[in-house]
Amino acid sequence: MWTWFYRLASPPNVYRVTGSLAPWFLTLAALAIGYGTIAGLVFAPPDYQQGDAFRIIYVHAPSAWLSLMSYTTMAVAGAIGLIWRIKVAHAVSAAVAPIGASFTLLALVTGSLWGRPMWGTYWAWDPRLTSELILLFLYFGVMSLRPAFEDPGRGDRAAALLGIVGVINVPIIHYSVLWWNSLHQGATVAKLGKPAIDSSMLWPLLSNFLGFMLFFGAVLCLRLRGEVLNRERQATWVREALKP
Amino acid sequence: MNHSDFWSMGAYGRYVWPCFGFAAMVLGWNLWSAQRHLAHARLRAQRALAMAESET
Repeated sequence: MWTWFYRLASPPNVYRVTGSLAPWFLTLAALAIGYGTIAGLVFAPPDYQQGDAFRIIYVHAPSAWLSLMSYTTMAVAGAIGLIWRIKVAHAVSAAVAPIGASFTLLALVTGSLWGRPMWGTYWAWDPRLTSELILLFLYFGVMSLRPAFEDPGRGDRAAALLGIVGVINVPIIHYSVLWWNSLHQGATVAKLGKPAIDSSMLWPLLSNFLGFMLFFGAVLCLRLRGEVLNRERQATWVREALKP
Repeated sequence: MNHSDFWSMGAYGRYVWPCFGFAAMVLGWNLWSAQRHLAHARLRAQRALAMAESET
């Protein structure tokens, strides 16, 4: 089993598989985001309390979810790289960081624009908002720590450690609305039992969740190919892979 | 929903549209920067191969 796993995670295999997957992920992401956005903006009815401002959820919730998913992926990949010394795992960790940071920024900006008409302010030092801001700083920390070492191996290990330590922030963000008094509303979709949202609003949202995750997959494939090439450019397989 | 209702978003248009605009920018940046990252990596690898060949 381990031989199979190591073969699967070999740089030439990863470079080849990601090259095949990226266009599929991208096409499916475009379809899902296209449907979710049009249905969310045009066909979903306004919310009975928030009016049309609720439509911000169609980009805010998927980007916030992606910010947490990306960080968890980065930390798990870092841990795999540290424990089993799989080189591609560190490449995954490096490839995920800028994607996760950009979606964390998107979640913060869209949340802030939703907060102004709903709470009367763009920003409050609320547990959910503050912990999400800390997540953005953690991404920046991981991204700047990796190239700070002359030895790339040490940079990978240091970034992996920071990623693993920072993963404690992920459940804090998720449960902050339950653990503390928060301005932020509670779970809308991920509620046990019935989601607190009508199906005419829910389907476009689920479509955008799926689309954002597929988009993440596509961009991760492209970035990972670049990371693998940067790390393996002296390897013999690269010559074959780069043949036109 | 008529045309002007759609763009005004019930008076929330100035909050809703910047969100979707910024989302489009973030998606576009991700795609552009990932492709640029890959193109740079390919170029660097090709240069490294060319150098290795010239040394042998």
